[in-house]
Amino acid sequence: MSAKITAPAYRIIPIIPALKPGAMEGSGPYVANDKIQGALGFPGQLVDDWHDQAIAKMGELLGKYRSLAVYMDSCVHCGACSDKCHYFIGTQDPKNMPVARQDLMRSIYRRYFTLPGKIFPKLVGARDLTREVLDEWHNYFHQCSECRRCSVFCPYGIDTAEVTMAAREILDSIGYGQKYDNEIIGKVHKIGNNLGLPGPALKDTLEGLEEDVKEDTGIDVRFPVDVKGAEVLFITPSADFFAEPHIDSLIGYGKVFHATGTSWTLSSMSSEAANFGMFIGNYEQLRKVALRIRQAALELGVKRIVVGECGHAWRVAYSFWNTLTGVGDGADPDDQFAMMLQKQLDHRYKQPMHICEFTWDMIEQGALSFDKEANDKHIITFHDSCNVARGSRMGDYPGGQFDIPRNIVKSVANHFVEMDPSTTHERTFCCGGGGGLLTDDLMDLRVKGALPRMEALKRAADEHGVNFMACICAICKTQFSKVMPYYGFERNMVGGVHQLVSNAIKLGAK
Amino acid sequence: MSTLFAILFYFATLVFVVGTLYRISVYTRTPAPLKIPTTPAPITTGGVVLRMMREVFLFESLFKANLWTWGLGWLFHASLALVLLRHLRYFTEPVWAWVAFIQPFGMYAGITMVLGVAGLWARRIFVERIRYISTPSDHLMLALFLAIGVSGLAMRFVVHGDVIAVKGFMLGLMNFDLQPLPSSIGLYVHLSLVAVLLMIFPISKLLHAPGLFFSPGRNQADNPRDKRHISGWAKKLESK
Repeated sequence: MSAKITAPAYRIIPIIPALKPGAMEGSGPYVANDKIQGALGFPGQLVDDWHDQAIAKMGELLGKYRSLAVYMDSCVHCGACSDKCHYFIGTQDPKNMPVARQDLMRSIYRRYFTLPGKIFPKLVGARDLTREVLDEWHNYFHQCSECRRCSVFCPYGIDTAEVTMAAREILDSIGYGQKYDNEIIGKVHKIGNNLGLPGPALKDTLEGLEEDVKEDTGIDVRFPVDVKGAEVLFITPSADFFAEPHIDSLIGYGKVFHATGTSWTLSSMSSEAANFGMFIGNYEQLRKVALRIRQAALELGVKRIVVGECGHAWRVAYSFWNTLTGVGDGADPDDQFAMMLQKQLDHRYKQPMHICEFTWDMIEQGALSFDKEANDKHIITFHDSCNVARGSRMGDYPGGQFDIPRNIVKSVANHFVEMDPSTTHERTFCCGGGGGLLTDDLMDLRVKGALPRMEALKRAADEHGVNFMACICAICKTQFSKVMPYYGFERNMVGGVHQLVSNAIKLGAK
Repeated sequence: MSTLFAILFYFATLVFVVGTLYRISVYTRTPAPLKIPTTPAPITTGGVVLRMMREVFLFESLFKANLWTWGLGWLFHASLALVLLRHLRYFTEPVWAWVAFIQPFGMYAGITMVLGVAGLWARRIFVERIRYISTPSDHLMLALFLAIGVSGLAMRFVVHGDVIAVKGFMLGLMNFDLQPLPSSIGLYVHLSLVAVLLMIFPISKLLHAPGLFFSPGRNQADNPRDKRHISGWAKKLESK
């Protein structure tokens, strides 16, 4: 498969592409085997009465999620979203238009849950749930990265991510899961992170890192693990521990904590910010993965929880942790579950806090100083990660998630350029690998889905000489460093915001 | 015929009111377990109200999406609203002053409404992507609005109806005191189609009207760190 993958051509003028029906028909991901499924409590293979169970599950979800109930009813097929998805732009498959993707499920909803669909299915685009429909679901609901770009433009705020999550939840419940996502969730339950990196290996890696930084800077920057009574519990995506360019940002976090004299610790039991439970739309899995952070916070007795550079992890942390685990503020006094943790946390600070909020606070307080020239070889642009942009916030006002990372970049480097504004801020394009699709069996999709971002980057590179794209997401970093060569860019053109911080920070200056 | 239409309208109104209230009660009863506003989102309830008003009156998100769809859609909806308000004169005696004031505008709105529908329909037919996602019911819905608009305009500009008698019939309906409906094909068509519209409202995509107010992507405040949000069924997981 990988031999014939090529990047689609840049569009000279970014016109809306013509439809190529069926272009991505057989491009779905690997199916999870019974061992992977079993570890999450899902049926090992497609159950015999999948039809009835799937409909029952859909009914259950319609009763549990207002989003799904409202979104199934409200679409008027206006087409506002139809040209907004990066996967549609890159593949031209009409079923990758957000509305068409939703309709894969809405057609079933209409058939089994609405009067017109029961009486006149053809009239309202309703259809029976068949084995072919299931395959179509598995295929196209794994060509959505749950990036929410379509929801920005929908006049009713219909969020295809919610529909995709529900579809994946139904597929899992009848034994038709996705290998990549479910295997990773299993690893977190068993070992504590997506990579399956056990505690001793983690400690070894971090000791090695301390030596490297010492060699590089002459300063003892620590990367502590399992320190009871530390002020800050730091939760970061496990890719930061060894993947390139992620590790350079990890060094940056360590230097910021060092320079500000913050006592901090990682946890070997809870060494993962990512939460693929969100990708598969399963509340119990989402919660179970997040509870490790609660447990670590309670055991280590920390006062603050700070989160590293990771897009969907920040969405989960910012938007869902308070709900799932009580990491946050403002629980009812008689809410014992949440109060147990909230009493321990220091509410002079935001809980949880993004590492960019932490670093920017310190910069504003004058606690950090930089040698901006250290980044002079870079002409930098910033890629807004979808989950940060459209599913979370930083700082005290709406849109702080756009300003704070940019403010940091501008504080540590001299050359900063924006990309085309129709591809940044709330309109940012997904990297093409989010939403649980960062797997080699979807490489063709990932390359094609990166097209709109690559087009914007190409223009910025041609017009302004941009040679570095900063971002704050582990998935973006992995995806870009993998697909950028297909578009003729160097893979090391992508890196983290804290990688730039790391380059410029003056240690021991204050 | 008058009796037939009286029965039709009582029935259609009942279906519309009960059906729509039922859907709204379903939306109200169904919990939203997670905070999922599309950000950047307002931080306060007041901000959410403003965001919602911008969506309802200005179609803010659609404006960001596509100027043609926004222009035609807004023209249609604003015209429809004016036309509906204009029709209040058939249900009130004496006619409220502001309803009397908007009568001429409402007349023109009838024309712009038809133009808006025609434009939206053209888009549905000629734009490849929109044609692909359209179901037969999408076309029929536009046909219905077009027919209601055209039959109404025909009575105003071509074959004048006996509006005094129509008003008498409507007031009679409201007071359960049946009055004769003038016999006119145009009127019969117009009223029948309106009755159809009322009846399909709670079982069709017309539910987007109440749906918008219940959309978690738009009606939630962005404050998950400051206030714990937990739904009933999710809370039960904590006691296990």
